[in-house]
Amino acid sequence: MYPLILRRILLSVALLFAVSVLIFLGLNALPGDFAATYLGQSATPQAIANMRAELGLDQPATLRYAEWLWGAVRGDFGNSWASGGSITAQIGARLGNTLFLAAVAAVVAVPLAIALGMISVLYRNRWPDRLISVVSLTAISLPEFFVGYLLVLVFSVRLGVSTFPSTVYEGMDFWQRLSAVLLPAATLVFGIFAHMMRMTRAAILQVMTSPYMETAELKGVPALAAIWRHAAPNALAPIINVVALNLAYLVVGVVVVEVVFVYPGMGQYMVDAVTLRDMPVVQACGLVFSAIFIFLNMLADILSIMVNPKMRHPR
Amino acid sequence: MNALRLPLSAWIGLCGIAVFAFCALFAPLISPHAPDAVMGGVWQAPDRTYLLGLDNLGRDLMSRMIYGARTTLAVALTATVAAFVMGVVLSFLAAACGGIVDMVLSRINDVMMSLPTLIFALVVLAILPQNVFVLISVMAVLGATRVFRLGRAVAMDIAVMEYTEAARLRGEGVWWIVRREFLPNTLSPLLAEFGLRFSFAVLFLSTLSFLGLGIQPPAADWGGMVKENKDGIIFGVSAALIPGGAIAVLTICVNLVTDWILRRTSSLKGGRGDA
Repeated sequence: MYPLILRRILLSVALLFAVSVLIFLGLNALPGDFAATYLGQSATPQAIANMRAELGLDQPATLRYAEWLWGAVRGDFGNSWASGGSITAQIGARLGNTLFLAAVAAVVAVPLAIALGMISVLYRNRWPDRLISVVSLTAISLPEFFVGYLLVLVFSVRLGVSTFPSTVYEGMDFWQRLSAVLLPAATLVFGIFAHMMRMTRAAILQVMTSPYMETAELKGVPALAAIWRHAAPNALAPIINVVALNLAYLVVGVVVVEVVFVYPGMGQYMVDAVTLRDMPVVQACGLVFSAIFIFLNMLADILSIMVNPKMRHPR
Repeated sequence: MNALRLPLSAWIGLCGIAVFAFCALFAPLISPHAPDAVMGGVWQAPDRTYLLGLDNLGRDLMSRMIYGARTTLAVALTATVAAFVMGVVLSFLAAACGGIVDMVLSRINDVMMSLPTLIFALVVLAILPQNVFVLISVMAVLGATRVFRLGRAVAMDIAVMEYTEAARLRGEGVWWIVRREFLPNTLSPLLAEFGLRFSFAVLFLSTLSFLGLGIQPPAADWGGMVKENKDGIIFGVSAALIPGGAIAVLTICVNLVTDWILRRTSSLKGGRGDA
């Protein structure tokens, strides 16, 4: 088991490295010059050259990449072009907000999705299953900003029970923060529970319809014991996989939701930076998001190796 | 395929798609007003002349919705078709050639897929100039990575079949095998994937436009219209929800049809569960 896990960790590190190359060197290979785009079309060649020198863009790309990567490894992402401030400080303040929002959404969405998935299998092809299937198809199809603004219109504007925009700031205690992120978290839950539920349903269904479950039933094992002893160990790996994959998706889905609710997190920071073409910030945010994404995917694989009896005791 | 045997859900989906396609094709004929002409007050309430009311600049929302259908559908469709051409050609090539070609293409694809789509698009759009061509290219490349994964998986199944080996042994070239063995045998799953990719493309384009990085104003597209009218929400004006709702209805329709194709495909294969 351990060599497998070790190999998976090394693969993730390699992947993260490849992604950092893609984010940094790949962007240099694209047509378009930072300074020229930044200064606009009327800029003189001298102004562009000055700007390039000031930002260090006249150095070779590989050298800048090495410096950037070395900084990033030590947690120093340099300074923003737009504001001149430290990117690490900004990310430090915002990453916590984003993770808090994602965590609140996950705490609600994961049990909800698994419970609905189980109900769906239990009542397969009867009305509860069909109802859940229609609701989940709808949920998958709705864009996050539509759900978000609908919630704002109903709960903040019409009913007045929630605040908009969902600002959080220093000095708020846990409960105040929780009530501030209620609507954005609800939007996120709506966005991911359907996916998670559909995949859970498929995973459980596959186990429940397998020959060994039929054997267990035919030899007279009570239903609960059969589920506990035979179905659960085999369904656990796919379910954990589904959950981790969707958590990775959650961290990305947060971008749009943060913009809708004007929530001071990483997503908002990155979108603003893209609009301003503030490249160091975009690259730093891109790297952080990718790292979280890759880490959660790795976690999914490692956990499913660990709970899978076949892989836990290799021959 | 008997048309009368279509399930109700597929009918609803097809009719919905037809209505949107009609709006997109005949936008200049059916739109009641010009999409960019200021007709009256800001966020004027709906009445008999302006069926959906006016938007944040006093333009007719109904006309903008109809023209928006044109932009959204055209861009999403072009991007999806381009993604398919790219993804299918490369994945079939990988499956047909095998060896080093397969390995290089698959590893590049792995790296591309290890980045979340939206994050990748944000990073790339930060440097490239913002125009429709760039937007479609980015969407197409990102879509192609997902198509590649599916295309390679299904083509690999065909590549190990006896009839493919027979074709190889009698000296057929890679192109012949791709065209005559892979394509006909993988059409059904690819068709379902096309629907899925198209609905993702609509959502993705709308998301980018909503973030201000997609279609640039004054052109009307649904995601951008949500962005334009979002401030009205605070005053209780639901203008932003109309384009958002249209996106939702279109994706639901496409998904209903895709679901039906998928179910048809899986029953053809002897029903490998309803995953």
